[in-house]
Amino acid sequence: MKKIYLDNAATTPVSPEVLAAMEPYFTNKFGNASEPHFWGQEARKAIDEAREKIANFLGAKPKEIIFTSCATESINLAHKGLVESIKYKVSSTKCPHIITSLVEHKAVLESCKHLEKIGWAKVTYLLVDKYGVVDIKDIKQAIRPETVLVSIMYANNEVGTIQPIGKIGRLIKEINVSRVACHLSPVYFHTDATQAIQYLDCNVDGLGIDLLSFSGHKLYAPKGIGALYIRSGVPVVRQQDGGGQEYNLRAGTENVPYIVALGKAIEKVSSIKYQVSKRTKRLRDKLINGVLKISGVKLVGHSNKQVPHIATFIVEGAEGEAMLLLLSDKGIAASSGSACTSGLLKPSHVLTAMGYKPQEAHGSLRFSLGKDTTLKEIDYVIKVLPEVIKKLRKMAPKLI
Amino acid sequence: MNFNQFYSKKVLEHIRHPKNMGEIKNPDGVATVGNPVCGDIMRLFIKVKDNRISDIKFQTLGCGAAIATSSMITTMVKGKPLFEAEKITKQAIAEALGGLPSTKLHCSVLAADALKRAIENYRSNK
Repeated sequence: MKKIYLDNAATTPVSPEVLAAMEPYFTNKFGNASEPHFWGQEARKAIDEAREKIANFLGAKPKEIIFTSCATESINLAHKGLVESIKYKVSSTKCPHIITSLVEHKAVLESCKHLEKIGWAKVTYLLVDKYGVVDIKDIKQAIRPETVLVSIMYANNEVGTIQPIGKIGRLIKEINVSRVACHLSPVYFHTDATQAIQYLDCNVDGLGIDLLSFSGHKLYAPKGIGALYIRSGVPVVRQQDGGGQEYNLRAGTENVPYIVALGKAIEKVSSIKYQVSKRTKRLRDKLINGVLKISGVKLVGHSNKQVPHIATFIVEGAEGEAMLLLLSDKGIAASSGSACTSGLLKPSHVLTAMGYKPQEAHGSLRFSLGKDTTLKEIDYVIKVLPEVIKKLRKMAPKLI
Repeated sequence: MNFNQFYSKKVLEHIRHPKNMGEIKNPDGVATVGNPVCGDIMRLFIKVKDNRISDIKFQTLGCGAAIATSSMITTMVKGKPLFEAEKITKQAIAEALGGLPSTKLHCSVLAADALKRAIENYRSNK
C-alpha cells in the first residue's frame, strides 16, 4: 500500500543533505566546543558557521542566535527569561504584563500561565476573529505602562493563519518611542515562527521582531534542535544554569551535530524558499478545491493570509479520529483537532477561539504538505476522502 | 497516532466492519445519548419480542472507540432476554473488545447508557 504523509506541520523527515552534513559530528568530529584543542576548535567552528547561517537567514547578528533543544524551549526561555530579567531590573512594584493570543501554541500559553501562577506576570489573552487573526487595535488597547512583552505567533500550526507580524512590529516600535521618553520599559515583541520559517519573510529588522523562536524538525532537521533569536539589548536571564555556553544564556555542552543540521536545513530553506512556497501552495490549493467538492465540508482559516502548507477542514457528520483511522487504513497520515484525538479530551483551543463549536471541532481534519508531497498523492487523497466521509456519515445518526 | 498500537485488534475489526449498523423503522425502544466530554453521539434502536431483544441497531457519530463499543454492545445483547441485556456493564463491553485505551473508557459508558435508556424507552412505550 502506498503511504502518504500529510502531517508535515507535526514534523518532517530529516533530509539526506542535512543528515550527511551532521553525520561526521557524531564520530570523527566529536569534540566539545568548549575545549581549546583541535577537536574542540573543529566543533566550535562548526557551531559558529551554523550560527552565522541562521543569523544571515534572519538578517541578524550571529551573537543574537541561541541554540536550544526545540521551539518550546526557546519560547520558555524568551518568556520566562525576559520577565525574570525585567522583574529584577525594574524597581516598580507593578507586575510585568504580557499580551498574547488565545490561538498560540501550548508552549506560549503554558509559559504565560506559569508566570501568572507564580505571580511574576499578568497576562492578557487576546481574542481572534473567525479566521484566527488578532486585531492590531486590540493589541494597542491592551498595552499598559507595565507591559513588557507582546507574544504573537507568526503562523498558526492548526489552521495556518498568518498574523500581521510586520504591523505589530511597527506598532510596538512607535509605542516604544513615547515609552522611553516616559522612562517606561520598552515593550518587546516575541513571535513563534515555527510554522512560518520555511515559507514567509523572517527578516527580524524589517518585521520589528525582538525575539523569535523556531525548531528544526519542521524543516527537515532532526527533532531536538531549535533556536531563539534575541535582539541585542533585550534583557533575558538564562533558565538553564551551568556553564557559559550560548553567550551565558543556555548552559550545557552544545549539541554539535544537531546545530550543524539546523544550519544546513536553514541554508537549504533560504535557497529554495520561493520555489517551494509556490509549489506547495499550488498543491495545497488543488487539495482544497477537491475536498470542498464534498458536501458539508468547509475550509477553516483565512483564504489568503495563510501559510502554503496547511489546509484544515471541518467535516459535518464525521468525527476527526475516526476519519484519521480510516484514512490511515488507506495509507494517508493527517491530523485532527477533535477532542477524541487529544489526550485531555478537549476540542482544539484554536478552533474554539475562532468561534467554532465543540461539535464542529469534533469533525476537524488537517492536512499539511511538505517538500516531498506530489500531485499524485493529492489526487489520491481527493479520491479517497469522500469514501471515508461517506462511510462515517452512513454510521452517524441523523440529528435533525 | 499508530492505530494498530492504540486500539486492540477487536476494536479495529469493529471499526472497519461494524455490526448491526443502521436504523430500525418503528423500533420498540430508542435512545440517543451524547457524551458531553468529547462530543460523541450514539443512538440505539431495539425491537423486543417475548421480553427478548429480537433486533438491535446502532448509529454513532464519534471516534473509533465510540463506533467499536456501539457495534460490540449490539452483538452482546442481540437475542438476549431484557433482564440479562440490562446487566451489561461498561467493563464487560471494554473486556469483550480486548480492552480500551484509558482515555477511551468513557465510550463504553456511553454504549451501556444508550442500551439502558433504550430499554427504559421500550418499557415506557408499552
